[in-house]
Amino acid sequence: MTISNSNAPVARREALKDRLEQLTRMIEIRSVEERIQKLFAEGHVRGSTHLANGQEAVSVGIARSIDPDDIVTCTYRGHGHALALGVTPAAVLGEICGRVIGCAGGLGGSMHLVEPSVGLLPTAAIIGAGLPIACGAAMAARARGNDRVAVAIFGDGSANIGAFHESLNFAAIRKLPVVFVCENNLYGEYTRIQLSTPVEDIAVRAASYNMPGVIVDGQDADKVAEAMAEAVARARRGDGPSLVEMKTYRYSGHSRSDPATYRPAGELDAWLKRDPIDIFANRMVEENILAAGGLDKLKAEVREAVELATAEVLQSPGPELGEIMAHVGAYSGGGDQRWNFWSK
Amino acid sequence: MAKIWIRQAVLRALDDAMTDDPTVIMMGEDIAAAGGPFKVTEGLLAAHGPDRVIDTPISEMAFMGAAVGAAVCGMKPVVEMMFIEFIGVALDQLTTQAATMRYLSRGRLTAPLVVRASAGAGQGFGCQHSQMLDHWFRGTPGLKVVVTSNARTTYGLLRSAIEDPDPVVVLEPRVLYAEREEYEFDRNYRIPLGQAEIVRKGTDATLVTCGSMVRVALAAAESSKANIEVIDLLTLWPWDRKTVADSVARTGRLVTLEEAPEGSGWGGDVVSHIAIQAFGSLKAPPHRITLPEAPVPYSGPLEARFLPSPAYVAEQVDALVSTNKSPAPWWRNAA
Repeated sequence: MTISNSNAPVARREALKDRLEQLTRMIEIRSVEERIQKLFAEGHVRGSTHLANGQEAVSVGIARSIDPDDIVTCTYRGHGHALALGVTPAAVLGEICGRVIGCAGGLGGSMHLVEPSVGLLPTAAIIGAGLPIACGAAMAARARGNDRVAVAIFGDGSANIGAFHESLNFAAIRKLPVVFVCENNLYGEYTRIQLSTPVEDIAVRAASYNMPGVIVDGQDADKVAEAMAEAVARARRGDGPSLVEMKTYRYSGHSRSDPATYRPAGELDAWLKRDPIDIFANRMVEENILAAGGLDKLKAEVREAVELATAEVLQSPGPELGEIMAHVGAYSGGGDQRWNFWSK
Repeated sequence: MAKIWIRQAVLRALDDAMTDDPTVIMMGEDIAAAGGPFKVTEGLLAAHGPDRVIDTPISEMAFMGAAVGAAVCGMKPVVEMMFIEFIGVALDQLTTQAATMRYLSRGRLTAPLVVRASAGAGQGFGCQHSQMLDHWFRGTPGLKVVVTSNARTTYGLLRSAIEDPDPVVVLEPRVLYAEREEYEFDRNYRIPLGQAEIVRKGTDATLVTCGSMVRVALAAAESSKANIEVIDLLTLWPWDRKTVADSVARTGRLVTLEEAPEGSGWGGDVVSHIAIQAFGSLKAPPHRITLPEAPVPYSGPLEARFLPSPAYVAEQVDALVSTNKSPAPWWRNAA
């Protein structure tokens, strides 16, 4: 097993300080999601995948607002977050194709991306699972006398599971350094939010737990980063958790098998007019960071890089048979190298 | 040698573990200020402070999951489920999240946590506060399950569980908390997880059991006409196949005594393993003494009949040894 232990994820994360890199990363997320659809059609992907194209500004806005030392939990709609946090396209695509080069060595799959070096705990395939885990990570940070924060990323569907309410309550009474980030993309699996949730804004639920609840334009990476910076600073200061709601939209259906025919006519088109990549690119043209027409060139470059990563993935072997029994418990071997979040 | 309450063995194990390892923290309902409803955490708050002995809201999903997150990030959380049934609403965090942490991260992240819970019947708590429920955890790759049976095994197993690098469920038969026993504490004493103990030597049958049923098995062995070997399994998953198989090779008969209905009891796995691996050493069919397939009754006389008594166990084992046939359980005879 040769899971990459390079410092590439941390370097990629640090690179996000650069505005051009922020745009590039959003394009990369889009390109990877599109490539996954193709890889599926080509027969390289098993099971299902849950794409997040359309939600790139949320991923990059969060990643640029927190440190690689901070801890992140996330749901199965996590390809974009993993890439934004620093996981390489080859490690993401490799995991989705079940190859050794994948971030979990091909044993996890699309729903279970992980990279301890940038604080990403294994993304969970169970709705709401990451919220209490983030509370525990925050407790550990405090116990270690550390100012790290934990960020729990989840969808609007998670706002109706007990773990959401229990975690917000738990974090609030213990004033834990957690930022709860709800990506409200209007659909929980195949069901529109109005049919599952009696409030339009998830953020209003923060009031029940005596914490700030903020509504953010999730299609604008700068607005995401601004709201995150405030919530993260509050958590680091020891003032407790926040709930930040990102209004966003997934261009695809829930999963591979969902054509999303339940969406009202015109809804997708309306959201496409507020595409997060276009919004950010236009601002960069205004800021004279990007030349007019530079976006298309950048897209072509990123697409080519993703093609190279895909080629690398398809050359990578699948995991060996022995990996089935490895890492089940300490007793089962596999050359465990426990990550120490506190070594630095 | 001093006489102690068995619940003091829980308290002492937790206290010593927290003293020896500053990363050990405790979470649960009413464990800190109130000292625990069964008094097994009394004094820990004063000794170790509110950052390490933590009263939680009645939110099992939150604090079970927080234990997972804290464990992954370098702490050793010990979670108390007041009654094992309470984990039902939080099972995902243990069996799905904690148990796969090491696997999904390929050994880079682990979840060294302990869930301890009072469990089992015998005190009139009714059907929602009297189950063992080990089958909810047993057989889950990545999880270990142990059951305590007296002061010594409580201390030894709990210390080992807290030091284990992976998640462990410790089931403490509630009926034992208020029992008194002679026991001298030794803070270096440990019982390795996965190891059973022969607690009585015998030649006619191997009676495998655990938890509060160990006392019943030992009493039954005293009154039985047969010479019964009694094994305290201690760890239900992964269980000690060798000790059981070696014993059956000597006695030629296998009986399991389980505080669980037949359909979910651990004996099914023990019997299947021995039948497959040691078929040639069996003089009689393997036999299981279990609970009826029914919820635990509240009524005192009914609950007393519901749980296997020493007399009933002796009768069952004697019937097996004398006829080499598996006797019917009492509820089928009655029908």
